Amino acid sequence: MTSLPSLPTPKKLGLVIDLDVCVGCHACVVNCKEWNTGGYGAALSDQQPYGADVSGAWLNRIHTFEVVPQGGEVVGEAGDARIVHFPKSCLHCEDAPCVTVCPTGASYKRAADGIVLVDEDKCIGCGLCAWACPYGAREMDVAAGVMKKCTLCIDRIYNETFEEVDRVPACVRTCPANARHFGDFADPASDVSRMVEARGGIDLMPEQGTRPVNKYLPPRPRRPLAATDALPLAENTAAAKGFFAWLDGMLDRL
Amino acid sequence: MHPAPSIILFTVCSGLGYGLAVMLGLGLLDPAAPATKLAHVLALALIGGGLLSSTLHLGNPQRAWRAFSQWRSSWLSREGVMAIATFVPLTLSAALALFADRFLLPLGLIGAAMAVATVYCTAMIYASLRTVEAWATPLTPACYVAFSLAGGALLATLFSALGGGEARGPGLAALLLLAIAWATKRAWKRRMTGLVSASTPETATGLGAIGRVRLLERPHMTENYLTREMGFKVARKHAAKLWRIAVGLGLLVPSAGLVLVLAAPQGAPSVAAASLACLGFVLGLLVERWLFFAEARHAVMNYY
Repeated sequence: MTSLPSLPTPKKLGLVIDLDVCVGCHACVVNCKEWNTGGYGAALSDQQPYGADVSGAWLNRIHTFEVVPQGGEVVGEAGDARIVHFPKSCLHCEDAPCVTVCPTGASYKRAADGIVLVDEDKCIGCGLCAWACPYGAREMDVAAGVMKKCTLCIDRIYNETFEEVDRVPACVRTCPANARHFGDFADPASDVSRMVEARGGIDLMPEQGTRPVNKYLPPRPRRPLAATDALPLAENTAAAKGFFAWLDGMLDRL
Repeated sequence: MHPAPSIILFTVCSGLGYGLAVMLGLGLLDPAAPATKLAHVLALALIGGGLLSSTLHLGNPQRAWRAFSQWRSSWLSREGVMAIATFVPLTLSAALALFADRFLLPLGLIGAAMAVATVYCTAMIYASLRTVEAWATPLTPACYVAFSLAGGALLATLFSALGGGEARGPGLAALLLLAIAWATKRAWKRRMTGLVSASTPETATGLGAIGRVRLLERPHMTENYLTREMGFKVARKHAAKLWRIAVGLGLLVPSAGLVLVLAAPQGAPSVAAASLACLGFVLGLLVERWLFFAEARHAVMNYY
């Protein structure tokens, strides 16, 4: 059924992604592919994996952006310039446009926990859901002819044969920098809800009206380069002691 | 957006077929004339061929029957349901004309109304996507329906001339509908040209509070499904030229042909002029439809 469940769902499972912490190592991307190519649904195929024009279906990708502040033309010229690594996977939107456009009922949002899934046995591979998603969260598996997307690792998070610590999505478990966090946004006391509260978590493209569940924590403000002490550390004599401190002072006075 | 040939062919063919079905349903053509029988068959062939062509881009076409199930929420499903349902009155009308030389107005009107509704559903598949701002306007279905009716009237003029009937009536209707269609399209194009996108790399990343955002590195070195499907660039480069070609072939050539039909005597000259008008319109519409897809920007490209 491609009508959305009556909202709010009792649980709102999703991710918090901390843009201040992500180092852009792509470990989450690789572990996502590794887990999901052998798990839920069809394998994530690659086309020409060893050729020049390699491509394939991935459920999680990292983009890297540079942000140039007002008044600057190039990074670092003015103000608080920075490089931001930007992991992107399905945001499991509350108002998921990919679900309602599906003609077959293959796309659905679970009423229990809000996870958006594709029933691959019903998918005809028309691609309309990928057109409806503003985030590029859905990619066609060219070999299987069905649409693939993040499942929030439903085959991990409810898996009772796993130890508690492993019952999180593969991307979250593998992140060496702890930039990704998994939890229930419907519970205001959950870690993810408190993180979003404390850091001012944001929605991507709110103007699209999708109401994403996943939230992004913006980078913390940084001291601009210009505001730091102009003297390089190696030239700084403030830490000198004893004879050398006396000599430094005397020579300054000469 | 990537202009898939199967979808372009589908929207052009089925649009023409439904347009012709509307004109047949309104009783513009003499039901006893052999040319009218041919027109019925052509309308059904264009619609059926278009629908078959639309399944060519599916990853699993053997499951296409499932697409009739989600009409409550999905315009694509509604289109499928309407397309199949519309075959009933159209096939009955065609059978009456083919085997009994008869035309039933109530049946024709039902078929005509359902044909227009089907074209509307096709257009709403695109108009309902907020991610493609150029499409997300009521002008999109208006253009699709207007082009479908104009094409149908042009074909009706041709078959009227072929059947030795009075082609001036359908010809005049075609001229009027053609003008309406291109005026609507012009309004659509103006809206698209003036669009200031609500989604930007800044809103897409949420980093706008810090400054201007631009891509430093793509996720992968090579193209992927998203950039191939949504990141088509060739047409935008040549958009102005292609627009002039579409208008020349789709508006000027058919208009000239129709004026000749109105002025020329019945028979061969009239048939030749109507054929030229139809040919120009179909070619112009193919270019217009190609531009419709290729010129449209998708919100996901703010990440690329």
